[in-house]
Amino acid sequence: MPSNTTPGLSPDHYVAPLDETPLKAVDAVDETEKPRSSWNDAWDAMKTRPLFWISAVLILFVIVVALFPQLFTSTSPTSGASLPDSNGPAESGHPMGFTLQGLDVYARVVYGTRASLTVGLLATVLVTLVGIVIGSLAGYYGGWLDALVSRLGDIFFAIPTVLGAIVLMSVLPSRTPLTVALVLSLFAWPQIARIMRGSVLGAKSSDYVMASAALGVSRFRILIRHVIPNAITPVIVVATVSLGTFIVAEATLSFLGIGLPGTVMSWGNDINAARASLRVAPMPLIWPAAALSVTVLSFLMMGDVVRDALDPKARARR
Amino acid sequence: MLWYTGRRLLQLIPVFFGATFLIYFMVFALPGDPIAALFGEKQPSPAVIEAIRAQYNLDKPFIVQYLLYIGGLFTGDLGTTFSGRPVIDELVRAFPITFRLAMLALLFESIAGIVVGLYAGLRKGKIFDNSALVVSLLLISVPTFVIGFVLQYVFGIQLALFRTTVSSQAPWSELVLPAIVLASVSFAYIVRLTRASVAENMSADFVRTATAKGLTRRRVVGVHILRNSLVPVITYLGVDIGSLMVGAIVTEGIFNIQGVGGTVYRAIQLGEGPTVVSFVAVMVIIFMLANLLVDLLYAVLDPRIRYAK
Repeated sequence: MPSNTTPGLSPDHYVAPLDETPLKAVDAVDETEKPRSSWNDAWDAMKTRPLFWISAVLILFVIVVALFPQLFTSTSPTSGASLPDSNGPAESGHPMGFTLQGLDVYARVVYGTRASLTVGLLATVLVTLVGIVIGSLAGYYGGWLDALVSRLGDIFFAIPTVLGAIVLMSVLPSRTPLTVALVLSLFAWPQIARIMRGSVLGAKSSDYVMASAALGVSRFRILIRHVIPNAITPVIVVATVSLGTFIVAEATLSFLGIGLPGTVMSWGNDINAARASLRVAPMPLIWPAAALSVTVLSFLMMGDVVRDALDPKARARR
Repeated sequence: MLWYTGRRLLQLIPVFFGATFLIYFMVFALPGDPIAALFGEKQPSPAVIEAIRAQYNLDKPFIVQYLLYIGGLFTGDLGTTFSGRPVIDELVRAFPITFRLAMLALLFESIAGIVVGLYAGLRKGKIFDNSALVVSLLLISVPTFVIGFVLQYVFGIQLALFRTTVSSQAPWSELVLPAIVLASVSFAYIVRLTRASVAENMSADFVRTATAKGLTRRRVVGVHILRNSLVPVITYLGVDIGSLMVGAIVTEGIFNIQGVGGTVYRAIQLGEGPTVVSFVAVMVIIFMLANLLVDLLYAVLDPRIRYAK
């Protein structure tokens, strides 16, 4: 017994009065109601934010333009060029003026949406799928698989995505939206895989995983049903933002002349083509650049909103 | 610390071999003939092709080619460009220019980025904070080459404040505008990182303690908040060196700077695959070493991080 106990203080521990949950309240819980998932909470947090609706509408709009460009313009982006109009200013029926070849800038911006968005979406889907599969297998099973995958990831991670893409694209004989997306995802998957691995490592030691194992659920089924759904959140956030960065990367490659070939209509190609006459006619460069930036911006904003909504810490802070 | 440095250097070795092997493999083992690409439409006689293949060791088995290439790397022989100049000579000439450009860009982005991020974080939710967030998002979503063209057009052509292209000596004064272009995207990321980190640290216990002790706000912000908020920014700088290199290729191309990036840019335009590979390989090596440096710096800065022996 230590002798320095303060005199006058009761040796008994103080116990705060416990409010027992009244039975009525327990009975009132509707057990048939579906349990609220964190996705429901995230949705509730998101739908009150104007930024979410702004970016959602913009993204939807861009997707519709990419799918049905003919709805937005009746002018052909590749034919009907008239050289007297070369680099001409906007006039009625041609709200954004003309390119160096005398083509309608507005029509080219509308039709260029598809290529840029295709590369961005394809690369994001590829990177996310590969990253989730590799990352979760490595994190969940560990052992030699984890060691192998992690070292392999380190190697790809040591090469910055666009630098690697520059090397590969400058020697590849065929350049299509698919190859550009493949090349970009080849160097970008380790980021997602790393995030997924870390997240799976955290989720696999949870109580519900142990509970499922105790109930006799197979290891693989636990991974699919419990671990991956609970570990996927950070990946979704990064994937949303990376869609924007892939669109920028495609434009950068096209600007360098090793992205999509000149025959494919894309914003990057149009910006590159317009730079020769930048001094006399800046607008054919500004319009596709603006379209590209607004698209990327809407994906970045969406990423921000999703991250805030899925992160309970950030939600409490606001 | 010394132990940690040594271990990190050892870990770097497999990554180094893996990365160079990967680059080499991509260029020389994939379908597509680099020698045919060299000549374009007009193909030379088979004898010439054979001679060139022998010169670039392409007639030997792939693994031997790679080992010869690595051997060359360590003896300073990085191969020759298609115009016949040794790559190492080109590097020695071009590197100081790119180094100056990158230093200037790093200086701009870190000073401006930290100052703006700090003010925004201290005034979270106010008008300055919100406008800083919007501007940084805009800067991230506009590609570097568009920012480059616009600044070149506005400041170089319309206002005639700067030269639109940089002379071959590339003195500091001519590199200011290109460095701002190069720094723009990273500036935006640093603003966002610093802001988030400052805003989080504002409510940390150690800040409340410092304020309660009666320290001046200046000291609380300068010593307690800022120093602790800089740790993620420092980590970011490591990743950023990679994007600075890509940015240098674009920026040096736009402003016609004769640095490493400009050389890669021209090599890409001319379709000189092997030159691109040798330069980018060197860039990747610099990137790896810089990342190691940042990791070590990180340990010095943050007393909470003590690397296990």
